Amino acid sequence: MKNAESPPPAETGKRPAGGEDPASAFQVNGEAFFHSGDPAMPLLWYLRDVLRLTGTKYGCDTGNCGTCTVLIDGKARRACQVPMADLSGHAITTIEGLESNRLHPVQQAWIEQDVAQCGYCQSGQIMTVVDLLARKRRPGKDDIAAIANLCRCGTYPRIRSAIERALVLTRDSNK
Amino acid sequence: MSTRAALSRRRFLQLGLTASGALLVGFGKSAFARTTTQIELIGEDLVKLTGYVMIERDNGIVIGAPGCEVGQGVFTALPMLIAEELDVDWSRVRVIQLPYDEATDIKPADDVMHGNFNGISEGWKLMREAGATARWLLLQAAANAWATPVTNLHTEAGHVVHADGRKLSYGALARMAAALSLPTDPVALKDPRDFQLIGKPTRTADARAIATGQVRYGIDEYMSQVLVAVMLRCPHPGGSLESLDDKEARAIKGVVDVIRIEGPQPGEASAGILAAGVAVVAENTWAAIQGRRALKATWKPGPWQEESSSRLTASANALLDAAKDGIVLRKDGDFAGSRKRARLTLNARYELPFLAHATMEPPNALIDLRNDGALLVASVQDAPAAARMINALSGLALETIELRLPRGGGSFGRRLHNDFVAEAVLIAKLAGKPVKLMWMREDDLAHDLYRPFGMHELSATLDRRNRVAGWSHHCAATPLEWRTPVKQDASTASGCVETDGFPAGLVDNLDRIFHPLDSGMPRGAWRGQQHTFSAFAEQCFVDEIAAQTRRDAVDLRLEMLGASREIPYRGTGGPVFDSGRLANALKKCAELIRWKEKRSNGHGVGIACNFSFGAHVAHAFEVSMEDERLRIHRAVCVADVGRAVNPLGVEAQLMGATIDGISTALRLQVTVRGGQVQQKDFSDYPLLAMADAPDKIEVHIIESSLDPIDAYEVAIPSVAPALANAIYAATTVRIRKLPLLPELMRML
Repeated sequence: MKNAESPPPAETGKRPAGGEDPASAFQVNGEAFFHSGDPAMPLLWYLRDVLRLTGTKYGCDTGNCGTCTVLIDGKARRACQVPMADLSGHAITTIEGLESNRLHPVQQAWIEQDVAQCGYCQSGQIMTVVDLLARKRRPGKDDIAAIANLCRCGTYPRIRSAIERALVLTRDSNK
Repeated sequence: MSTRAALSRRRFLQLGLTASGALLVGFGKSAFARTTTQIELIGEDLVKLTGYVMIERDNGIVIGAPGCEVGQGVFTALPMLIAEELDVDWSRVRVIQLPYDEATDIKPADDVMHGNFNGISEGWKLMREAGATARWLLLQAAANAWATPVTNLHTEAGHVVHADGRKLSYGALARMAAALSLPTDPVALKDPRDFQLIGKPTRTADARAIATGQVRYGIDEYMSQVLVAVMLRCPHPGGSLESLDDKEARAIKGVVDVIRIEGPQPGEASAGILAAGVAVVAENTWAAIQGRRALKATWKPGPWQEESSSRLTASANALLDAAKDGIVLRKDGDFAGSRKRARLTLNARYELPFLAHATMEPPNALIDLRNDGALLVASVQDAPAAARMINALSGLALETIELRLPRGGGSFGRRLHNDFVAEAVLIAKLAGKPVKLMWMREDDLAHDLYRPFGMHELSATLDRRNRVAGWSHHCAATPLEWRTPVKQDASTASGCVETDGFPAGLVDNLDRIFHPLDSGMPRGAWRGQQHTFSAFAEQCFVDEIAAQTRRDAVDLRLEMLGASREIPYRGTGGPVFDSGRLANALKKCAELIRWKEKRSNGHGVGIACNFSFGAHVAHAFEVSMEDERLRIHRAVCVADVGRAVNPLGVEAQLMGATIDGISTALRLQVTVRGGQVQQKDFSDYPLLAMADAPDKIEVHIIESSLDPIDAYEVAIPSVAPALANAIYAATTVRIRKLPLLPELMRML
C-alpha cells in the first residue's frame, strides 16, 4: 500500500497489502493500488512522487498547459486537476503504460515525424492524441484545433503530421 | 590548421582504455596530467567521463554529448559530427549525456568567448577532430596488426578495411588503438564532399525515450533522502520579509522545515538569488506545496513599489522626447546634417514589453552538499558558472563539485541563469539535507529574469530621390544589469539594442543611441536577445518608409542592402555581415510568399529580414481579418545558417522559432503594477496553442557550404515585424507596440 506522506522507494510494495476496502482501489497501468494519504492530493503528485511514473510532467497547477495529461478510463484528463479522492474504481493509463513491449501507433508516429524538441510536453500531447484517435477514426480540423496542450517549442506542425501518420499506422495495424 | 588550433586540440584530446577494453578518446583541460590508466570506465559507470568516443568490444559505439540539451538539438547534432569523422554507422551509435565538472571542462577560456558548450558553431571543429583522431588511432592499430602502411587502409561503417579486402571491426581494434600515442600532427578532417551523415536529415537521438516517457528531466530526479523544497518569494523587487507565521505550514504532514532565505542586498551583483523568500522543505512535493500555501508572510516592499508598466512607458517616452544625454553606441557620418538636407524626415516609435521565459519545465535543481563534495542535477546551460556559484556559496572546492545535466524542458535563455541553483544551495545548507528545489508555474512567471522592456525611436531622412540618406535609432530600455547602478557606457546597451544592426554600414549617416531606463524588474537573456527588439523596430520602420514613399517594401530593402559585400560587424556572428546573403534570403522569401501577386481577397502580405548570430533570415506572412480574428494563412521562413548539419533539426528550430515568434508577438507580455508582476499562470500568459498556430510553416533552408550557425535563436527576430507588416497590408492599421493583438483590437 502506498502512502503519499512518506513515499517509499518506487520499487517496493506497489500492490495492495490486503485489508483495504476493494471499492476504494484504482488501477494504474493495469495494477491495483490503494491510497491512504491526503485525498486532496492531485493524481499528478501521486504518479510522480509515489509511483515514480515521471513520464507524466508538471507544467502548471491549473489544467491550462496539459503536460500532465493521462487517460482515466480511456479519456484524456489533466492529472493536476484530479484529486486522489475521485479515483476509486477508475483505471489510469500513463505514457509508461500505453503499450508494453512495443510502441503505440501514436508514439511510433511521434518518433517518425521527429516531433519533439525539448520534448517535455510530448507525453501529454501523445496521451491527448491517443484519446482523440480512440474517439474519432477520422478527426476533423476542429478536433485537431481543440487540442489545447501547450508547446513552448512550437512543434504544432509536426504534431499535425504525426497525427496523420498515426492514422495511417492505426489503419495498417487494423488490416 | 593554425598552430593555435593544433595546440588546443592536443591539449584537449585524451586517450584511454577502459577496463572492459573500450577505446576512449576524450578531451579535458588536464589531458596531459592524466595518464591513460586514469580513465576508467567500468560497466554502467559511463557518466564519470567527459567528452569522448567509446568503442565497445562488440563494436558498439557510444558518443558523449557535451553541453545541455534544452530542445536546440545539440544532443543529436554534436555527436553526429563525431560519428561522421569516426566513420561509423549512426544507427549503431548510442548517445549519452556527459556530465560537467571543473576538472574536465572541455573548453579553454582563450578559445571560446562565452560560458558553455552549447552549440554547433562551437562544436563544429572540436567534435570532428575528436572523431577523426579516434579513427586515426584505429587505422594505426590496424596498420600495425597487418604490418602494412596506413595508405593501404580505409574505414567503412565501423570497420578498417584493407585494400586486399580484409576487414577488422573497430571493436576488435580498440584495445590496440588505446595503447598508441596521440598523433603529433593534426589529423586531416574529411573533405565535405565525402560527408555521409552531416547534411542528412537525422531524427532526435533520444526520440524514442521521449515518446515513451523514459527520458529523465531534472524534475524527474528522485534520490533517497532528498527533500522537496518549494519557495514563497517576496513579490516586491528588493523587498524583504517583515513577518512570518509558519505554524500552520509546519503542522502539515510531511513538512520537515521552514527556512528563511535572506534577499539579495541592494547593489549586489545580479547573478545570485532573485528575491528574499521562505522555503518549505517537505518529504514530498504535495506537502511542500500545501506548506507554502499555509505560510502567512508579510513583506516589506523595496524601493520599486511605485513601478508600473504605464510609468515605464511614460519614462521611456520622456527620455526619447528629451533625446539627449544618451550613450552613443555608433555614429557614422552626420545624421543631423542629413536632416537639414532631407526632402522628408520620417519618425516612428516602437514599444516592446517585458517577456517571461515560461519554459514548459519550470526551473528546478537537486543539490546534495556533502563535506567532501557536491552533486548538482539540473539543466543548466552555463555549467561553469553554476559550479562557481556552488563553490562560492558552499566553500566546496570546484574539483569536488559534480554537475549532471539532464535534458531540460526548454530554456529560451532561462537556463543560462543559475539563480535557482543558488536558492537550492542556500536551502540545502540550512536544511542540512539534500534538496530538490521545485519552482511552480506561478513562481516561474512572477519571478523570472524578464526580457527587457524597450522603446525605440527611429528617424529616417530621405533625399530627393527617396533614398534613405540618414538613419537614427534612439533606444530607451531597461538594461540587462539590474540591482546595480546603471552603467553609463556602451556595454550597458547589450541585450537591448544591436549596435551594428540594420542598416549600420548600409546608410552613410547613422546614429544609434541608448538611454538606460531604471527598473526593479530582474532582467535576463531571452531567445534572440537584442535582435528581437532591434529587428522589430527596424524592419517595421523600413516598411513605413516604403509606404510613405510609395515604394515596394522588398525593393526598398534590396536597395538599402545594395551590392553583395561583407560589412564589418562587431556583434556575435561577426566579424562581417554579408549583405548579399541577406538579400538572397529576402528574395527567396518574397518568391515563396508570391510577394508580387496582387491579392484582392482582403489578404495582406508582410515581410522582414534580419542578420543575427551569423545567420541571414527572412520571414513573410499572409494574413487577413475574419470576424475580428486575425488569421495567418501562410508563414514562410527562409534561412541561411551555413551548412545544415542536421537539416531535420534545423527545420524544427526554424519552424519552432517561427511559432514561438508568432506566439510572443501576438499576445505575450509581462506587466507590472505596484512594483509587482501581474502574470501568474498560462491564463495570464497565453502561449499560442494548436488552434491559433498556422497549420504549416514553410521552411526553406538555403544550401551552403559555409560553417554552420546554430539555428535556435536566429529565426525569432524577423517574425514580429513581418507579422506587423502583414497586418498593415491587410488592414492599413500600423501597430507599433507589442504584443500585436491587444493593440490591433484597440485600433480597429
